[in-house]
Amino acid sequence: MQTFIRKMFYGDYGEEKNTASESSSGNASTNEWPLWEVFIRSKQGLDHKHVGSLHAADAVMALENARDVYTRRGEGVSIWIVESKNIHASSPDETAALFEPANDKIYRHPSFYDLPDELKHM
Amino acid sequence: METSLEEQFQQKIDQEIKIEPKDWMPEKYRQTLIRQISQHAHSEVVGMLPEGNWITRAPSLRRKAILLAKIQDEAGHGLYLYSAAETLGISRDEMYHQLHAGNAKYSSIFNYPTLTWADMGAIGWLVDGAAIMNQVPLCRTSFGPYARAMVRVCKEESFHQRQGFESLWVLSKGTDEQKRMCQDAINRWWWPCLMMFGPPDDESHNTIQSMQWKIKRFSNDELRQKFVDMIAEQIKILSMKLPDPDLKWNEEKKHYDYGKINWEEFWQVLKGNGPCNKERLDTRKKAWDDGAWVRDAATAYAVKKSNNQLNNSNSVYANLH
Repeated sequence: MQTFIRKMFYGDYGEEKNTASESSSGNASTNEWPLWEVFIRSKQGLDHKHVGSLHAADAVMALENARDVYTRRGEGVSIWIVESKNIHASSPDETAALFEPANDKIYRHPSFYDLPDELKHM
Repeated sequence: METSLEEQFQQKIDQEIKIEPKDWMPEKYRQTLIRQISQHAHSEVVGMLPEGNWITRAPSLRRKAILLAKIQDEAGHGLYLYSAAETLGISRDEMYHQLHAGNAKYSSIFNYPTLTWADMGAIGWLVDGAAIMNQVPLCRTSFGPYARAMVRVCKEESFHQRQGFESLWVLSKGTDEQKRMCQDAINRWWWPCLMMFGPPDDESHNTIQSMQWKIKRFSNDELRQKFVDMIAEQIKILSMKLPDPDLKWNEEKKHYDYGKINWEEFWQVLKGNGPCNKERLDTRKKAWDDGAWVRDAATAYAVKKSNNQLNNSNSVYANLH
């Protein structure tokens, strides 16, 4: 069987992004702080949702920066941050094949079923 | 028949399907976006500098708090935009380097000085007003991360313009000296604001391609006209005048006609010969250099902490055996 999910750093960024422990790896353009993805729960009862990213030296700084950058107007009650290199993503090149199995299973939708009009509330 | 990648790309654009970072895109689309988004980010960052001067000189605590909040927003907007540009494969450091080396452009408007407190009002009303005119259509731009960043920016930008107008409105009802200050600020900022929309359409080489790729939705001249029409009405409420003897309503076109823009000045400022180009860049570089020890300390602390964690977990492991 073909495996579609393969390790790939966060879908929106390249794999060359350095991490906290590797941050002093030589050339001038790579001594920046690692990249973190920010997820915010806007209110109790809702999922955390991806809102963007930022650079920070460590997790504590990432949380504080996320508060300042992404919640200046009460946009959230909870913040998750995760280092971007830890996010694995499906590949856009394989989108069609990856989601193909769902395409021909229309019987998974309630509207597929032909029911008598007398039947109420179903 | 097989369609080329380039044709498939254009079809997606035509169908209003957003382009996401890992999708195939023409190299020129990528480069155009990197240039545009990073210039936009630089503009937010440099845009803080003309205002910073007035934080300690604001006339009341209320105005000071508002100005601080506005400047903090601008830092945030720069960060949203830098992140969006990074999805295209350029690093944050590289963008900073381009700015600090004087190789990157930012909005020419920020190379003008802020001489009086009224300039804070005029910047909010006119400069941010012009920026919003540009930014609202960018919320629908074809590149996903840029569009999402712009939605966030536009939501926050509205207060910037309103506080600016309010501030001028107070001056316009004040003493003769306050009224003069208000009119003087409008006089100095009006023409540079019209230049913010970029060169006229027939001299703007990037426009056609950018419109085809739906990076841009309106041409420079279209947006400039919308801005003139809006401000020409709003200024009546302030009982002030725009410094343009040719400004008048054109009943046939249903738009305001306006006078000739001094494009020579625009090109000079863009080339680095504006009143404050050097000062802005020097201030920005100084802030970056002076902050180096903080960045280094934070990095060293993070490395030390993660090493400690590593050592601790090793010793736990050793104890188990």
